[in-house]
Amino acid sequence: MNRALSRRAVLRLIKAGDWVALLLAAAGTAALAPLALSGGAAEKAVVRRDGVVVAELPLNAARRVRVDGALGVSVIEVQPGRARVASDPGPRQYCVRQGWLTQANAIAICAPNHLSLSIVGRTAGHDSLAY
Amino acid sequence: MTRSPIDLVATADDHRVARYAAAAIALSVVEAAIPMPLPGVKPGLANIVVLVVLARYGWRDAVWVSLLRVVAGSLLLGQFLAPGFFLALAGALASLMALGVAMHLPVRAFGPVTQSLAAAFAHIAGQLVVARLWLVPHDGLWLLTPFFALAALVFGLANGLAAARLLEEVGEPPAARPA
Repeated sequence: MNRALSRRAVLRLIKAGDWVALLLAAAGTAALAPLALSGGAAEKAVVRRDGVVVAELPLNAARRVRVDGALGVSVIEVQPGRARVASDPGPRQYCVRQGWLTQANAIAICAPNHLSLSIVGRTAGHDSLAY
Repeated sequence: MTRSPIDLVATADDHRVARYAAAAIALSVVEAAIPMPLPGVKPGLANIVVLVVLARYGWRDAVWVSLLRVVAGSLLLGQFLAPGFFLALAGALASLMALGVAMHLPVRAFGPVTQSLAAAFAHIAGQLVVARLWLVPHDGLWLLTPFFALAALVFGLANGLAAARLLEEVGEPPAARPA
């Protein structure tokens, strides 16, 4: 067993061209890696009033935006990669208590104020993929 | 008992293919018991057998062993004609084509490791194309490619090494490759 698994024994099994193939395969795999990291990442926050888009905020810089709703002013806070409703005049505060939205297709709805905050990824479409 | 009018004569070639196919089927049943983090990711241990057959008896026998493995393996696991069966079939056909090309590389420089890597990457490519066209018609599927590629890299290398080691043990072609 030791003989079969020694480093020299393993290296003997790999020929010169095999190293080239291995290198190519590893490079190809590495080139695909960004795809795994970008997958489903949030790209911008969309604020709607009565279904009409009133603001589109890219999620690459921090900022706070005030949006007029039916009851009053809601404050939308954006930080790199996430967004939330920081304050809202609604009575039950559901959308505020939902906290930070980070995933594409996530949504916080401030129904009393007629506002919604949703996160859009690179491709809108299906909410999820299940096996 | 009436005597069957059909006589199936099994040649020595048939017996050899059947023996190797049995080994490949056993390996795919064994690996079905290994839990994997991603559905569709498997070590593909049966490909070790296919690589050995390819080196010793040529491409035609490798095709037989590989396809028998897919059909009989799926029958044993209750996967026959289920979506997983077609994914396995697509992967097997793609990797057989890749093997058909890779076996013609200069033998001096390229061994089973190269063939195994080519087969592994062709396997995931074939699977992903069929999955995209038929089972999951959504571009989100491509987000899985990095994980499948990583699996192909790791298991392709491991299987190639295993096949190379086995070939060292049993020796290279007994009667060279039938052209």
